[in-house]
Amino acid sequence: MSLAKEEKWTIKIGLASCGIAAGARKVYDAFKTQLKDKGLNVEIKQTGCMGMCYNEALIEVISPQNESTFYSKVTPDKVERIINEHIARSTPVTEWIIPQKELKSLMAKQKRVVLRNCGIIDPESLEDYLAADGYKALEKVLNSMSPQEVIDEITTSGLRGRGGAGFPTGIKWGFARKAEGEPKYIVCNADEGDPGAFMDRSVLESDPHTVIEGMLIAGYAVGASEGYFYIRAEYPLAIKRLEIALAKAMEKGFIGENIKGSGFSFSIKIRQGAGAFVCGEETALLMSIEGKRGMPRVRPPFPANSGLWEKPTTINNVETLANVAWIILNGASAFNSYGTEKSKGTKVFALAGKVAHGGLIEVPMGITLKEVVFDVGGGTSSGLEFKAIQIGGPSGGVIPASMADTQVDYESVTKTGAIMGSGGLIVMDESSCMVDITKFFLNFTQEESCGKCTFCRIGTLRMLETLKRIANGEGKEEDIELLEELAHTVKRASLCGLGQTAPNPVLTTIKYFRDEYEEHIRDHKCRAKKCQALITYEVISEKCPGCGVCAKYCPTKAISGERKKPFVIDQEKCIRCGLCMNVCRLDAISVQ
Amino acid sequence: MADGSMTEEKIDFSVIDAIARKHSVERGAVIPILQEVQDTLGYVPKAVIQRIADDIDVPASEIYGIVTFYAQFRLEPLGKYLIKVCHGTACHLCGAEMVADTIAQVTGAKEGATSEDKLFTVERVACLGCCSLAPCIMINGDTHGRLTPESIDKTMQEIRKKEAASAG
Ligand SMILES: Cc1cc2nc3c(=O)[nH]c(=O)nc-3n(C[C@H](O)[C@H](O)[C@H](O)COP(=O)(O)O)c2cc1C
Ligand code: FES
Repeated sequence: MSLAKEEKWTIKIGLASCGIAAGARKVYDAFKTQLKDKGLNVEIKQTGCMGMCYNEALIEVISPQNESTFYSKVTPDKVERIINEHIARSTPVTEWIIPQKELKSLMAKQKRVVLRNCGIIDPESLEDYLAADGYKALEKVLNSMSPQEVIDEITTSGLRGRGGAGFPTGIKWGFARKAEGEPKYIVCNADEGDPGAFMDRSVLESDPHTVIEGMLIAGYAVGASEGYFYIRAEYPLAIKRLEIALAKAMEKGFIGENIKGSGFSFSIKIRQGAGAFVCGEETALLMSIEGKRGMPRVRPPFPANSGLWEKPTTINNVETLANVAWIILNGASAFNSYGTEKSKGTKVFALAGKVAHGGLIEVPMGITLKEVVFDVGGGTSSGLEFKAIQIGGPSGGVIPASMADTQVDYESVTKTGAIMGSGGLIVMDESSCMVDITKFFLNFTQEESCGKCTFCRIGTLRMLETLKRIANGEGKEEDIELLEELAHTVKRASLCGLGQTAPNPVLTTIKYFRDEYEEHIRDHKCRAKKCQALITYEVISEKCPGCGVCAKYCPTKAISGERKKPFVIDQEKCIRCGLCMNVCRLDAISVQ
Repeated sequence: MADGSMTEEKIDFSVIDAIARKHSVERGAVIPILQEVQDTLGYVPKAVIQRIADDIDVPASEIYGIVTFYAQFRLEPLGKYLIKVCHGTACHLCGAEMVADTIAQVTGAKEGATSEDKLFTVERVACLGCCSLAPCIMINGDTHGRLTPESIDKTMQEIRKKEAASAG
């Protein structure tokens, strides 16, 4: 019996959304069925996001000697060999494993505080969380710290809000503690509206108890008795895992009346966001929980004094709360040993776009963008030159490759004209057009503007119209100045953060890529070959074998030809969607 | 997920009443009620708005205002397969337009509309949170990533085949 235990293998399969999207559930099922009557001692475990989303579906095989091997892009048909060779005969299938060197370079500059359990524990197992020191911070707080001591510890740690604004968390808690009124509320902002960001989703899908524990500690510190998770409806798996976690924590007495005999009581509810970006803004979010249209209001009064149903309310982001238990257990000084003078700790980023190693990363504050893109991210995925990085989503800006030495901390990023934001990092290469990406963001903010204040509503529309004109090759010489003027006005006069930051993409791209705007306007040229009005697609006759795939996919039937002879594109009918270029396996379509 | 085949005439209002009753003990219950109604029926029929208004004693105009404010709510019934096409930043850079064009092409449903055979409804969403696998779509709650025109075509063919098999 004891021998069998020593011989035990473990296979962990990453079953967060990205893994599942890449087919990990089928891989999981394949292992289950194929191992059934093999007589091998293998435990198959689901886990959350391991961070290396570019390798999904991803599995980790852990030998009885505790050696770990990662397999990338696993499909059900690979399962048999992994079992027969690696598990049964201890010879890993080398051509499918992720090389040690890659793992090392990926991890060398990362530091995992928030993500400490992600991809390691089973997010649906409370036992796993408890085995990883789960709820120990809560017990420590309840048994041996006064609320004020908790607040002081968080203040000393230097933790700042990770939802975008970077307000010191301990100070925010202090305000709410002093505020008059009962009951007090804690709200966890899991709306994650920035397109291109998935930090909060991943944390909730991979380690929901960490966030719950952070909320409970916050509740104890400020004297609150009720908590809400406001989570976007587009995240069904995160909602499901959070529901499971809440039910189990309640069952074991970590949530509810008189928690662990301490006299502290706390209940938690989930509210689903209904698809409005502006509801990520705290005052709009509170309106939404109250069942109204989510529109921001003027602050003050701040939610700390008058929030949900006019009671004192503390709003914190998912990642902010996920830091709390670690800080309590390891101490403020362990946390603030990472980072820069004013930005302490680590930051989780969703690294995506044209990057080779896209995924969920956590790095100490103060690391340079260059290190993020090249050391952690492995450079561009296309092999094309790295052009720029977008940070902070629609409220943020674009930082050019020439400034890749910029440190990632609140102050340095703000100096470039971008903002740190919540953690979206989108890498762009030479095939990305700066006018196009700016138009994309303005389209987003324009659609999402709640319409309450005129500057935001009309100003973003005017900017968008101007950008569309430029992208269509109809821009006028004075359009760049017009854009800058509009941008400054909207920034100054808007009511909430949405409008105040919406011009940032415009201002940063003009600042760093003015020549590209001028090229669109003066030469009707889009160097990235993205702006549809300024490009043409053509068949390269020498390369075209006449297979007809392009014609099959062309949405406007603009491509015609005889089989086995070069096809042609009718420029009148062509809408320049680029589908033909995408489906051609022989690179026989060119774009000019 | 409901298949949206329920038409206005067939709505069972007692279901609506039960949903309203369940949530009405809570404050700010309108949005959770609408969400559960939509989960059950696939959309929020106009007649239901009036019913909820009566049930929880809130003006119908206010509920209507909420339904139109939040992108999640739909006033029209859905096709059997709801396809959410991601137009987030990463997907935009990695070919969301190409995906949208292909989907329109192979399903026959334009963005925001349902195909004639009532099989597919296509919607535009901001980000599915699967950016590393861009471009992405979600079909009835399941995310599909690293899409190419061919893979989309294949997925849709599989759905059609499955539907044809279960119909015949
Ligand atoms: C338009 C807009 C959208 C926002 N979206 C989010 C969001 O999705 N998630 C989030 O945590 N904070 C978001 N915020 C910031 C919140 O208003 C608030 O500052 C934050 O939730 C506070 O938590 P923290 O102190 O822990 O960062 C947004 C702000 C604005 C102006
Ligand atoms: S941008 Fe498409 S999933 Fe995030």
